Amino acid sequence: MTAIMDRSLERLRERAAAEGLLDVAYASADSPFGSLLLARTPRGLVRLALPSEDVDATLLDLAERISPRILEAPDRFDEERRELEDYFEGRRRAFELPIDWQLSHGFMLRAREGIAAIPYGETRTYSDLAREAGNERAVRAAGSACSRNPIPLVVPCHRVVRSDGSFGLYAGGVEMKKRLLAMENQSG
Amino acid sequence: MAELPPFQTLIDDHATEVMAVLRGAVGRDGAEDAFQETFLAALRAYPSLGDARNLRGWLVTIAHRKAIDHHRARGRAPVPVETVREEAVFDADPADGEVWRSVAALPPKQRAAVTLRFASDLPHEEIAAALGCSPEAARRSLHEGLKRLRKEMA
Repeated sequence: MTAIMDRSLERLRERAAAEGLLDVAYASADSPFGSLLLARTPRGLVRLALPSEDVDATLLDLAERISPRILEAPDRFDEERRELEDYFEGRRRAFELPIDWQLSHGFMLRAREGIAAIPYGETRTYSDLAREAGNERAVRAAGSACSRNPIPLVVPCHRVVRSDGSFGLYAGGVEMKKRLLAMENQSG
Repeated sequence: MAELPPFQTLIDDHATEVMAVLRGAVGRDGAEDAFQETFLAALRAYPSLGDARNLRGWLVTIAHRKAIDHHRARGRAPVPVETVREEAVFDADPADGEVWRSVAALPPKQRAAVTLRFASDLPHEEIAAALGCSPEAARRSLHEGLKRLRKEMA
């Protein structure tokens, strides 16, 4: 795209946002694990896709579940990028970004709020999570609250491990989970 | 409900063409505003669009409505071409530049019909829909426009 077109599109994004027509903005962000996809609504961060996830499929899913009014808006993610960068460099222990929870409901929402409250450098088990979300027998559901967490890293599902002490699965691959926990142990 | 792709894909696939169509229809100076109006209108209507099969035709149709609005707002017909710009309006064969300058000087309906037909490759029915007239009237505008162009280019 030409520079003139870039400016036109930047103006279009500003006007769309001002008129309440930018339902979902997205952009990519660098990480030590590869490129992340960030998506936000006017309320806050609604989705973070790990490098292992397919970008087009993620955007199609957001179009269906939230709104098809989705625009790429690399200039609207300064705060998200800054906090993530600080986190990956071990300088940040908690995220302060506003979160839009609209992709989580009921038990899943309670479980994910529980995940968001796990302190930096600590872990909980899937059973802990199920119990805290109000149903101690829903261990498998607690597992999918993690595996289908729409906002990994910021809602740190990598801090949830199995009761036998093994790592359990991770949407970004178990290697990424190990590295994140090792990093938090070192910086913590 | 139709399964609508993220609006960004419409921009990625068609923004350049819509801009080219608008430059042909309202000239370079009006094109930027008409471009904004076109995509804002499209974005506003998008979630309730029932059919995702011809998004390009849909966008071009909106673009032409905005071009007509632009001409109405200015209260007069075609842009006078006293000073001809040096740069080509389309990223086409340089020889095409001259043709499109002549197209830009046509009366609005003829200009729109010619641009829709040849820059956007729309069939007569869609041109008619874009211009809000019958297919016969669209065909006539196209015919008149082409006749005039031929005379001018001869």
